[in-house]
Amino acid sequence: MTLTEPAIVAEGLRKQYKEKRALDGFDLTVPPGMVYGLLGPNGAGKTTAVRILATLVKLDGGRAEVAGFDVAAKPRQVRRRIGFTGQFAAVDEVLTGRQNLRMFGRLFHLGAKDAVRRADELLEQFDLIDAANKGVKEYSGGMRRRLDLAASMILAPQVLFLDEPTTGLDPRSRNEVWESIRSLVSQGTTVLLTTQYLDEADQLAERIAVIDRGRVIADDSPAGLKNRIGGDRIEVVAYQTADLPAVAKAVSRAASAEPEIDDEGRKVHAEVRDRVAALTEVARSLQDQGLAIEDIGLRRPTLDEVFLTLTGHHAEEEEGVVA
Amino acid sequence: MSTPSIVRPGADAGGRPEMDVDGLGQRLHWAVADSWTIVRRGLTHYVRQPSNIAWQLGFPIVSVLLFGYVFGSAMSVPGGGDYREFLMPGMFGMTMAMGFMNTAYVVVYDTARGVTDRFRSMPMAPSAVVTGRGGSDLIGAAMDLLVLAMTALVVGWRSDGGLPATLAAFALFLLLRFALIWVGIWLGMLVPNEEAAGSLFAVAFPFAMISSVFVAPAQMPDWLAAIALWNPVSSTVTAARDLFGNPVALGDTWVEQNALLMAIVWPIVITAVFLPLAVRRFQRLSR
Repeated sequence: MTLTEPAIVAEGLRKQYKEKRALDGFDLTVPPGMVYGLLGPNGAGKTTAVRILATLVKLDGGRAEVAGFDVAAKPRQVRRRIGFTGQFAAVDEVLTGRQNLRMFGRLFHLGAKDAVRRADELLEQFDLIDAANKGVKEYSGGMRRRLDLAASMILAPQVLFLDEPTTGLDPRSRNEVWESIRSLVSQGTTVLLTTQYLDEADQLAERIAVIDRGRVIADDSPAGLKNRIGGDRIEVVAYQTADLPAVAKAVSRAASAEPEIDDEGRKVHAEVRDRVAALTEVARSLQDQGLAIEDIGLRRPTLDEVFLTLTGHHAEEEEGVVA
Repeated sequence: MSTPSIVRPGADAGGRPEMDVDGLGQRLHWAVADSWTIVRRGLTHYVRQPSNIAWQLGFPIVSVLLFGYVFGSAMSVPGGGDYREFLMPGMFGMTMAMGFMNTAYVVVYDTARGVTDRFRSMPMAPSAVVTGRGGSDLIGAAMDLLVLAMTALVVGWRSDGGLPATLAAFALFLLLRFALIWVGIWLGMLVPNEEAAGSLFAVAFPFAMISSVFVAPAQMPDWLAAIALWNPVSSTVTAARDLFGNPVALGDTWVEQNALLMAIVWPIVITAVFLPLAVRRFQRLSR
């Protein structure tokens, strides 16, 4: 495999579960050495796509190559070149961190000495040396995730699949995991990462594919994607519903699009270009009018807003389709 | 940050690395080596959780005390003989019969937590996940039998059958446990999560009890006796009693008269049915 050859190629992937078409013409090309984000709501097909590419699930149609090998025809060759981290920290809770990595090292067919040495290297790299001889049961969520990542990195894979690596983690653990992922990328590993958080994709990925109903509907750099979906939002929460029209008027002066009024949440929100200037202007204008408000702030577009912009429909929450 | 000591496979511009050539011999080698790694994992579990062994053996040991001493005086063995002598092979059989729950539990745990998926995404021999499980469960079962046999010796149980027959009896117990490994793996992949795995006790308990473990089926109501007689656990326990030279309480039904034969046939039948079912379940994971 040469440097210019893509790390992952998927062409027209199809996968049908009983009632549900999980993938419906899924195309993706990931250049080597890049972090690629797969962004989408639950049930969009992210997990199915990753599981097919990691040789865990058979595809019904289409073709996929990972690290230069066809996933259907040469699964063993693919498995020697990938790391896979699923939605749970897939480590043995009874064993210690060190025992886990040695076991997985042996199962990656390292010799006994190499497995021991590699385990120690990874424990150091993922900052788990102090907990190396503790049972994984005693690990925090973030530590488990890091051990899980370490286990995926035993063979220094060409391609690493991360399926929602920070779902269910507290913010601190999430940052730890992000740090680990960044350091992996600096070593040249290609990463395909799925996430439900725009923020996470933005933080980690050089390119983001948005997936909806089993196909890629947008494929762009984070900046390009943000251009298409509009910038940040300003959000003002009023004390009374009656104040909302006046608040909306104040917001509209600084907004780059028509403000939206949410009666139920007593909220007005609108897209803004210049974040800080807009915040200052709206706050001043509200103060000049003597309008008391409960809260004001800037926020990123939510995944739902991304979807609304890109697809014209809200992100669908469908559970239990991706086994 | 340390420099990885591992050479990235396939990274060299020259010919394919040697490890991509999969000869039959090499695949067999890895199937055995990987199984052994999984066996060692199971054994490490035993070492790291000694309390689990206590729990697992607690039930038969408490049963020995309850049935041997509390109810024992009221128990009679048809055809005569000491009840505790009669009971002990039953305890061995019960422990083997309920052992499939341990197998199922680990399988449920691994599948629910994604460990099975991690194994499947690795270049290891896929069969090792199953054979390694079986290997470590058999070693665990042998350790259970050892501890139980020592307990039995303490309460006065003896084998009068001589060494070959005694070893043969223990081999029959392990054969039953071996067959039940596949039941455990199959059930473990049917059950969705660890909580639900607890309900397997509802299957294991009657399976072990409605048998000749505690009393001779002849002493049960007819309909229950029929189930107990044809329970594979009964055949193993009855054959072992005979081999140990313990009281047997043999009825005149065909299945009792041919207990030794059935103690070998039953495990073969169970394996023949459940091994393919377990393998098929495992393959269905990739659907």
